[in-house]
Amino acid sequence: MTADTSTSSETSKQQARAHASIKAQLKSATGINPAQCYQCGKCTAGCLMAAEMPLKIHQILRAIQLDQIDKLLTDESIWLCLGCETCSTRCPNEVEPARIIDALREIAAQENPKELPRYINAFHQAFLKQIMRHGRIFEFGLIAAYKLKTGRLFDDVSQVPAMLTRGKLALSPRSIDGIKDIRRIFKACEDASVASDNKSDKGSGAP
Amino acid sequence: MKIGYFPGCSLHATAREFDESLRAIAPTLDLDLTEIEDWACCGATSAHATNHLLSIALPARTLALAEAQQHQQVLAPCAACYNRLATAHHQVAKDAALAQKVNKVLERPFNNTVAVRSIAQILHELIPTIKSKVKTPLKDLKVACYYGCLLVRPPHLDNSDDAEQPHSLEEIVTATGATSVNWHKRLDCCGGGFSISRTDSVIRLSRAIIDDAAAAGADAIVVGCPMCQSNLDLRQRAMKRADSPIPILYITQLVGLALALSPKNLGLNRHFINTKAVSDRKFSNDTDVAKSAAGGQS
Repeated sequence: MTADTSTSSETSKQQARAHASIKAQLKSATGINPAQCYQCGKCTAGCLMAAEMPLKIHQILRAIQLDQIDKLLTDESIWLCLGCETCSTRCPNEVEPARIIDALREIAAQENPKELPRYINAFHQAFLKQIMRHGRIFEFGLIAAYKLKTGRLFDDVSQVPAMLTRGKLALSPRSIDGIKDIRRIFKACEDASVASDNKSDKGSGAP
Repeated sequence: MKIGYFPGCSLHATAREFDESLRAIAPTLDLDLTEIEDWACCGATSAHATNHLLSIALPARTLALAEAQQHQQVLAPCAACYNRLATAHHQVAKDAALAQKVNKVLERPFNNTVAVRSIAQILHELIPTIKSKVKTPLKDLKVACYYGCLLVRPPHLDNSDDAEQPHSLEEIVTATGATSVNWHKRLDCCGGGFSISRTDSVIRLSRAIIDDAAAAGADAIVVGCPMCQSNLDLRQRAMKRADSPIPILYITQLVGLALALSPKNLGLNRHFINTKAVSDRKFSNDTDVAKSAAGGQS
């Protein structure tokens, strides 16, 4: 019974995804037309993380052109992009793969939060929480929160005393005066992101 | 030169020697730094990987504050902060719809009038001043200039340097009397924001960078980014480079040494890889020789 329900909801989710053209969503989110990629492979050739990515950058672009949304949102390739912008710098047709991948991450985080790579997602969540809490990054708190979230309690712990003796870690956080401002900005951006996602879902279908 | 200063989170903590060395060299170079009041984190990697509007709005708030505090330009010494602030400035300028959204979210006046400058741009402009103020030319010091990914990228940002063949750091290094080596990996990413979440990748990437600098005969690597500095400095043991370590200096520290400022004032004691191989060299102690060399140079 439970299995049936989950299967049917899974199917409807896939149908919904099939209706929402990822190509169109990305185009409206970034102003970049992914169809302009002619698969020269220059992005992948210069990508330092390509060796670790199941889907290389040019393959990600190709999957977008073919609207293979499930392929894009279910493996960790898009989360392994370092954002170094080498691909965007070298793209001969101004496709800006790094910007496209950022937009794909935003869609993946909304559509498919459970399938994000745990360690990377935990880092982003812990990082953003620091900003929401203090307006700035309190590094000690960031590391502690990340470790609690991932259970990686002892990696790198040997560095902590050395950081402290060098005066490189503050032990208590200090919030900025305009912290309410920051929290309001976070909330407004979250709302705007959900709103634009709904809008592009409705308007999608045609590429 | 009057400038709004955006230290970013790192320069108040793990990269405090970047802040210390910048503040130490500023008076000599007539660089008048005023920290932007109530600045917030630029959002770094995590905002742009998860919410585009947030990744623009956070730096835009700081730019709006800078504007209200009468700054015409802002210096963001951290390369990653520079990239986020410059990207916000650029995108708001070219995209009217985004500008409207950002203004709505900020709920404060924002005309996007403040120019965003990197440490390489600012020091490059100050090269004539640096040359005239050098007290201990760093003669015989071979330096690998490491740009990393974001100091000059992407090319559409208002950056005077070339995104593929940059030269500003090399010219600053030459002004200090040191020599820059030719090497290959000066624009390769060190792994940046994966330092905590994917350390193995960072070690692989950073090691390749240090090996290449070493092969080119560099005595030190100079950087303009706290993430690069910490990845290259902190992890040399994990890279199995502990027996032939290379000091990783901020470009501001190198300039400070040439201005004969004390290593301690430049925060050189805060590094993991000992920097004495650079700071204790003969050129930094032998003031008479240094003076005549400086005189001869100008």
